[in-house]
Amino acid sequence: MGIEFHTTRIADAIAWARKFSLFTYPFVTACCGMEYMSVAAPKYDIARFGAEFPRFSPRQSDMLFVVGTITEKMGPVLRRVYEQMAEPKWVVAIGACACSGGFYQNYAAMPGCDQTIPVDVYIPGCPPRPEQILDGLMMLMDRIQRREGHSQVRLRAEKESLGKHSAIVVAAPAAGK
Amino acid sequence: MSARILERLRERFGEAVLDTHSFRGDDTAVVAAARILEVAEFLRDEPSIRLDMPVDLTVVDWLAAGREPRFEVVYHFYSTVHKHRLRIKCPLPQAAPSIASVYPVYPGLRWFEREAWDLFGVEFEGHPDLRRMFLPESFVGHPLRKDYPKDKRQPLSRREGMC
Repeated sequence: MGIEFHTTRIADAIAWARKFSLFTYPFVTACCGMEYMSVAAPKYDIARFGAEFPRFSPRQSDMLFVVGTITEKMGPVLRRVYEQMAEPKWVVAIGACACSGGFYQNYAAMPGCDQTIPVDVYIPGCPPRPEQILDGLMMLMDRIQRREGHSQVRLRAEKESLGKHSAIVVAAPAAGK
Repeated sequence: MSARILERLRERFGEAVLDTHSFRGDDTAVVAAARILEVAEFLRDEPSIRLDMPVDLTVVDWLAAGREPRFEVVYHFYSTVHKHRLRIKCPLPQAAPSIASVYPVYPGLRWFEREAWDLFGVEFEGHPDLRRMFLPESFVGHPLRKDYPKDKRQPLSRREGMC
């Protein structure tokens, strides 16, 4: 029981550290990119939330910003970028197109990037204001702290399936939480 | 100015010029698809015409209007020498929309022809590399044809449980 309590606190501490050091991969395909640039620039300053460093390399990042329309042809590319990212990883869909396809309904546009990768936070708007993006980022940080992100849940399930005597069961779910 | 081109075209190609119209300097000739290569060569090389710049190539699908021949390939040309423009239209039947590629005369139109094939399914005979331009190779059909279903999906990638 004491050990259970102890491991839970470590997991919480790790989650706390993770939520303040997000490394962004901006997958910018359309006009919402302007709002993302505004968020990243000093006026709205995403650095205040510890997410100031866009990496432009999926292998060095753990937060995917899907900013703009995803076409059917782009879908496999987006999925590949997601698969290359470091675990655990989070996805934020920014703008109406990334959330649902927006006003596009045709042969070319994918109806939301969640068709091909799991999304943690949806930020609607055409385009969303920078404040909305920051609000979405704070929602994601809460989610990371609660360890409820898609990849966090999946990793936990994978580790549990390895057996509870395995040495890597550090981030076991809190018993009564 | 370019109304004279329409006369020259009629003199030269006679029956192959199916129709012409001219409105406020906006001149169009409807030409039999079988003669397009000759027409293009004449328009480019004739010194008084010299339409040396291909501006655009596109296709119109007249399905909704119930017109047969259903397709129409539209060429826009401009002369950088004489500063005049001309539009050429070639009607194509629904059964086998196929026309000679003008690539030998206007190499700059080869991507336009690829695009037209990709989206409308018009075949350009003699095109050196008639592959899909914008859509994935696995795409079935030609989405800008008016009988392509608006909400038909051809996904390349989906998560499990999606689609």
